[in-house]
Amino acid sequence: MDPQLVLVQGLNGVQLGVMLFLMAAGLTLVFGIMNLVNLAHGSLYMVGAYLAAAFQEWTGSFLLAVLLALPATALVGIVAEVLVLRALYRRDHMDQVLATFGMILFFNEIVRIVWGKTSRYMALPAALEGQVEILRGVGYPTYRLAIIAVGIAVAVFLYVLISHTRVGMLIRAGASNRTMVGALGVNIALLYTLVFGLGAALAGLAGLMAGPTLAIESGMGDPILILTFVVIVIGGIGSVRGAFVAALVVGLADTMGRALLPSLLRTLVGPQAANQAGPALASMLIYVLMAAVLAFRPEGLFPARTG
Amino acid sequence: MAEPLLETRDLVKSFGGVRATDHVSLTVLPGEIHAVIGPNGAGKTTLIGQLAGEIAPDAGTVLLAGADVTRLPVHARSALGLARSFQVTSIFGEFTALDNVALAVQAHAGHSFRLWRPARGEAVLREPARAALAAVGLAHRADAPAAHLAHGEQRQLEIAMALATRPRLLLLDEPMAGMAGTDSERMVDLLRGLKGGHTLVLVEHDMDAVFALADRISVLVYGRIIATGAPREIRANPEVEQAYLGEQDLLHA
Amino acid sequence: MGARLRTGGIAAALVFLALVPAGAHLLDAPFYLKLVGRIMIWAMAALSLNLILGYGGMVSLGHAAFLGVGVYAVGILGAHGAHSGFIQWPVAVLASALAAAAIGAVSLRTSGVYFIMITLAFAQMLYFLGVSLKVYGGDDGMTLSARSQFGGLVDLDHPAALYYLIFALFVAFHYLGHRLVNSRFGLVLQGIRSNERRMRALGFPTFRYKLLAFVLSGVACGIAGVLLVNFTKYVSPAFMHWTRSGEIMVMVILGGMGSVVGPALGAALFLLLEEALSGYTASWPVIFGPVLILLVLFARGGIAGLLPAPRGAPRG
Repeated sequence: MDPQLVLVQGLNGVQLGVMLFLMAAGLTLVFGIMNLVNLAHGSLYMVGAYLAAAFQEWTGSFLLAVLLALPATALVGIVAEVLVLRALYRRDHMDQVLATFGMILFFNEIVRIVWGKTSRYMALPAALEGQVEILRGVGYPTYRLAIIAVGIAVAVFLYVLISHTRVGMLIRAGASNRTMVGALGVNIALLYTLVFGLGAALAGLAGLMAGPTLAIESGMGDPILILTFVVIVIGGIGSVRGAFVAALVVGLADTMGRALLPSLLRTLVGPQAANQAGPALASMLIYVLMAAVLAFRPEGLFPARTG
Repeated sequence: MAEPLLETRDLVKSFGGVRATDHVSLTVLPGEIHAVIGPNGAGKTTLIGQLAGEIAPDAGTVLLAGADVTRLPVHARSALGLARSFQVTSIFGEFTALDNVALAVQAHAGHSFRLWRPARGEAVLREPARAALAAVGLAHRADAPAAHLAHGEQRQLEIAMALATRPRLLLLDEPMAGMAGTDSERMVDLLRGLKGGHTLVLVEHDMDAVFALADRISVLVYGRIIATGAPREIRANPEVEQAYLGEQDLLHA
Repeated sequence: MGARLRTGGIAAALVFLALVPAGAHLLDAPFYLKLVGRIMIWAMAALSLNLILGYGGMVSLGHAAFLGVGVYAVGILGAHGAHSGFIQWPVAVLASALAAAAIGAVSLRTSGVYFIMITLAFAQMLYFLGVSLKVYGGDDGMTLSARSQFGGLVDLDHPAALYYLIFALFVAFHYLGHRLVNSRFGLVLQGIRSNERRMRALGFPTFRYKLLAFVLSGVACGIAGVLLVNFTKYVSPAFMHWTRSGEIMVMVILGGMGSVVGPALGAALFLLLEEALSGYTASWPVIFGPVLILLVLFARGGIAGLLPAPRGAPRG
């Protein structure tokens, strides 16, 4: 097992983990505080990427694209919250699933109508092209390091927000006991909109950062959504700390699993069988991990809910 | 001295820093009506939860007819003869009253892995259900959707469902909750009528009912039992008076 | 009066369905045969979901996975030359049962939001499994070389024969479903949906019953998958994608969850709407999405909620 390979894949795993954390942090709060199953969270990721690509094309600058796309995506999220999601807070989960499913159908189609069916691409900003030498002779893409840095910065920001501010206290209280917070006379509607807006911004951030690294197309939010769900289930609903830990675990497990499992299998069962079964098993790995966590802790690793 | 039907030994349960159940040792004798009273926040709900099996104690044991049921889940305790009614009415709103009670009968009439015969046609389920409804005075409301019953009737339905499981011990969590006047009188008569065939553990706030019904009373304060005895003794107990400071009128009514 | 209307409606629907092959032949429009056949298959998938969703209260977002198990059981056996329906179909049933038992055993330990997400995740797992099996077509899928063979008993290559087989199973599913929801087991399931805590207090070991319901539902959906692959002659992981699960759930809600016939009505409405809308524009989801949202927000009972309720119990 090549140590250089392990290091590079490890960093890839952290990068994926950090992206998943951005997605999961907002969503776990929405689940925990508003008890809302929001399937359309992946759509915000997609919208973030599309808007960033559009702004970059319009202004020619990656930086401007980021600065414009972030609030724009948050705005899209808030509009969705006010128009549709507000009415869903009181409803049962099935209604929420169906309505947000309808939102996915709508968003997936609307981006096709506005921006066409073919995939779009974003250019890497010049400053972040190329590689950084992390170890003698081992290079790692600068842009991916930047993503990791941003992700960690956001994690620190959220930590400070949640542990050391009044708003954060309300968020923690809401995640732990929603009805109590309402009874204390806090403006619930405003709190909900803020939390949702924060989640939308984070999802949009993940999307626009991912923009230069992959093909921007309709439905790109769906696979990320599923992974985000796995992260939240493992981490525990309502817990940002849980989301952070679980996101890194899932990101690393998935990346390392895909990279290392086939070669591991090859030594065990030979190349033929390994090439058949390798990718299949690797893609199932995180779900097996999720099942294993649930077998021992059905509430996740750091559940926030007490009432 | 008869074998206790229900017994707890040094039961302890803490939530964070709060000790909700503090070394509670309780005995309930067969055939008696045993009331558990205490001021708000005394830990009555937590205690019931541990007796019923919904809450796992941190330490101590719960014994039902001598058998250790501390780790036994809720449904298994029901199979051993423990029935429970809820403080906040917990019934099946979309079913009729008869359906509700028939379901309770069904729980103890063999297994329910029967996928073919219509259950509503089974006399072995419907007859005992009607009998239980009649016993609580709800026979005339058998076909009403449970959600449409008046509050007092729903509380009666709760009792009927508990009775229909043919229990040895009934754990009643504030059966008088939300009732007043003729409704509560009727409930007291109902509960009194159960004596003889059943053992009752009654958690209650309604002092009139408690002193009218109980053979023995245990007083729970801040998670500890501070006194157990006949109603007369409890009434005269200075510690109990202290605990109910300001509510003296209730005890001396 | 309501009961007679209902029985009359069901009888009329059955007669209509039975006459579709003849009608399609007369009009020389095999399209209608295909359309109605497809509706019945999806109706069976929706009915299977309704058992755990409408009657059991379990919001499973991964039901299409069982459809896929049925599809791939036939597909994989067919790819290896085992075309006999007498082998393929029992294997499909067994595979669906095992998959449902495994997924259910893990998922049913949770509830609420967790349960929804876990069922979704497991379904996606099976989808990715299907995508990664390159030898069976992977992402693109593969064509079934031959439909299930039943010797001289029935020739599934004959469109009318296949249609009537689907019809027979369609009727059987509905009848079995009707018996099931009114049986002891069915009442337990409904009780669990209504108030699981109370059920446990009454003495029901609820996990067992939920698991059995989950398995029965998975097997029924697997059978729908077997019919689907024989109908389309196409094996693809797309049948297992979670948006399929969403569509099945939409069918259930459109039809109204509290009845056995609701899902069939919902499937019919959904597929007919899809046909009609996609005739107008390829971008029909941009209309359908908001329509669905409006439906959820303003019209909860679905179609069957508008029909007179069956005699006797509030739900049946």
